[in-house]
Amino acid sequence: MLELLSYGPTGWGDEILAGAGMTLMVAVLAYLVGLVAGSLTAAAKLAGPAPLRWLAASYTTIVRGVPALLVIWLLFFGGNGLVTWMAGLFGYGGRVELPAFGIGVLAVGTVSGAYAAEVIRGAVQAVPKGQLEAARALGMHRLLILRRILVPQALRFALPGLGNVWQMTLKDTTLVSVITLAELMRQAYMAMQSTRQPFLFYLTAALIYLAMTSLSDMGFRWAGRRAERGVRRTATA
Amino acid sequence: MDMILSALPSLLSGAFVTVQLVAWSLALGLVLALLVALALLSPNRLIAGPAALYVFLFRSTPLLVQLFLIYYGAGQFVAVRESFLWPLLREPYWCAIIALTLNTAAYTAEILRGGIRAVPFGQIEAARALGMHRGLMFRRIILPQAFRQILPAYGNEMIQMVQATSLASTITLMELTGAARTIASRSFQPVELFVIAGAIYLAMNFLIAQAVRWGEKRMAAAA
Repeated sequence: MLELLSYGPTGWGDEILAGAGMTLMVAVLAYLVGLVAGSLTAAAKLAGPAPLRWLAASYTTIVRGVPALLVIWLLFFGGNGLVTWMAGLFGYGGRVELPAFGIGVLAVGTVSGAYAAEVIRGAVQAVPKGQLEAARALGMHRLLILRRILVPQALRFALPGLGNVWQMTLKDTTLVSVITLAELMRQAYMAMQSTRQPFLFYLTAALIYLAMTSLSDMGFRWAGRRAERGVRRTATA
Repeated sequence: MDMILSALPSLLSGAFVTVQLVAWSLALGLVLALLVALALLSPNRLIAGPAALYVFLFRSTPLLVQLFLIYYGAGQFVAVRESFLWPLLREPYWCAIIALTLNTAAYTAEILRGGIRAVPFGQIEAARALGMHRGLMFRRIILPQAFRQILPAYGNEMIQMVQATSLASTITLMELTGAARTIASRSFQPVELFVIAGAIYLAMNFLIAQAVRWGEKRMAAAA
């Protein structure tokens, strides 16, 4: 039975591995999209004018309140409808489809960003006000305060939360398989269809996801310990 | 507009399936989570070890894999097909409930463990001094305080579960997301359908959040 997992034309090992690579690629890109969207949203919530604050609040409330799968379907149908309509404006009558990869990254990134925004906002608020006052008193300008004072400290507070967002983002990539992107779940499905061995392939997929989440958890813990260097422990910690 | 009106009955019956999935898996999940949390807190490693492994495995893998392992994977074995569980494992509905239950129980057990451990030891000492036996102490002293402690976190878990039920659509179940998707694929206004489905999900979350807030207030008043 294990020869089904072998590398090459007879086994599914190479397809599964390629799927795992695709999963990681979608997860990393979606996470980056989420970090950018989350940072901008947090900034809008903390210091934006009222309409931006309102927009940011709607984004985080709505996206965190609906299933990620619904966001994927919305972007899939909505995005394809939009490009088909635009192609029609240019005289093209057929149906146009966006690449599943792009839709997947955008959809998972949108969800990731809504959760990242809340983590980043909390972390920025956790930086003591005195630090910023002291920086201003020293005559630092805004960008320097951001770079030297706010971001390094906020990042330390944000790390555990951002680690959770990463784990969630990684798991959410499984949902992109519904729009037939050839990531790990989709490859396992194809392998199951042709071999009738669902248990073997989904167990393999589960173990690969387990390895990914466990290794990245170790990575975030290590980063957390590094970020805590030189920080005085309080009595309770 | 006509399209929306004609789609509404299917969406609402999908929402009803969603509510059923949420209710079943939260109820069963809470019972299982309580047992697992007690096992996690056991001084006996033979009890705490497997419980910790269960929590680790279900929290470290995506729910979709768990669902597919149960729905597609279990039926591969003759022993399963001939067992008394087969009438359940054959049905997407029950497979979804089993996967959701096992998944939420792992997260909830971890939340509950924290809540139980947060009960001040003086409370337990006092209960013992009054001669309460273990079961009574758990029911009257530890669990009520633990539940009050974990209610906000458990509220989040409930909202996560509402969203998690959408995965049941991948195994042919016509819950809210599945219904919206099916109508969307033969409609000219697919986006509107997902917006309506999203609004229904938000309404469900709002109700849960209100219930949690009401529960918090009630428990605070009792304290």
